[in-house]
Amino acid sequence: MSLIQVLFYLMSFVTLGSAVLVAVGKNLVRSIFMFFITLFGLAGLYVLALADFVAVTQIVIYVGGILVLILFAFMLSGKESLEAAGKQTNRFISLGNVPAFLLSGLFLVVLLNVVLKVDVNNLPWVKTAIHAHNVIGVNDTGINNIGINLMTRYLLPFEAISVLLMIALVGAAHLSRKEDSRV
Amino acid sequence: MITLNDFMLVSAMLFCLGLFIIVSKKNAIQILIGIELMLNAAILNLVAFGKYDRINNSGQMFALFAIVLAAATTAVALAIILNVYRRYKTINPDKINQLKD
Repeated sequence: MSLIQVLFYLMSFVTLGSAVLVAVGKNLVRSIFMFFITLFGLAGLYVLALADFVAVTQIVIYVGGILVLILFAFMLSGKESLEAAGKQTNRFISLGNVPAFLLSGLFLVVLLNVVLKVDVNNLPWVKTAIHAHNVIGVNDTGINNIGINLMTRYLLPFEAISVLLMIALVGAAHLSRKEDSRV
Repeated sequence: MITLNDFMLVSAMLFCLGLFIIVSKKNAIQILIGIELMLNAAILNLVAFGKYDRINNSGQMFALFAIVLAAATTAVALAIILNVYRRYKTINPDKINQLKD
C-alpha cells in the first residue's frame, strides 16, 4: 500500500467519521466544530485529487466564512434553540429516526450500486483524456491554467456569479436588518 | 493507486449522511449543515473528475463556482433563520407553521 493510499484512507476516515459525529452529536456547538473537521478532511481529499487551488478556496471560504456565519447565527438565536436541540432523542437508530435512517440507507444502497456498476475508470471521455495526455500530473502547477481559463473561457459565469454574490449579500443585509415598528 | 471509484464511494456516503441530517434534525442550523454536507459531496465528485481535464479545468472551475454559490446561499439562509427566530422565538422547523402574521 503506497503512501498516497494511506493518506486517502486516513482523510476519508476523518471526513466520514466527523460527519457521523455531526449526525449523532447531542451538543449543537460540538457538532458545528465537528463539521469544521469534516471540511478540513474534504480539503485534504481535494489535495489528493490534485486540485490544490480548490482546497485552498474551500478552507478560505467554508472554514473562514461559512462556519463563522453559522456560529454567529447560532449564538444570536439564543437559549431556546439549544434546549430544543438537547431535547431530541439523539441515538442514531431510535423510533423517531427510523424514516430518516431508512430513506438515507436506501439512497446509499442505490448510489453504491450505481457507482460499483458504472465502471467510471473506463468511461469513453476519460479514456480519450488519458490517451491525449490531458490528465493533471503530480508536478503540474494548475493555478496558472485556472487563472487563464477564468479570464477567457469562463469569463461570463465569473461575471454572473460576481453580480449574484452582490445581490445575495445585499439581500441578506436587507433581511437581517431591524424591522421598523410600523410593519 | 486511488481511482475515481474511491472518490465516488466517499462522496456517496457523505451525501447520504447529509440527507440523514436534513431529514432527522429538529434545528434549522443543523439542517443547514446537512445541506452543506451534500453540497460538499457533489463538489468532491466534480474535483475528482476534474483531474481528467487539464486544458479546460472544467471540473475544478465548477467546483469553485459551487463553493461561491454555497457561500451566498448560506448567508441568505442564515439571515432568514435569524428573522424567523426573532418572530417565533424558535428555529425548530416543525413549529413554524405560517408565512405571515
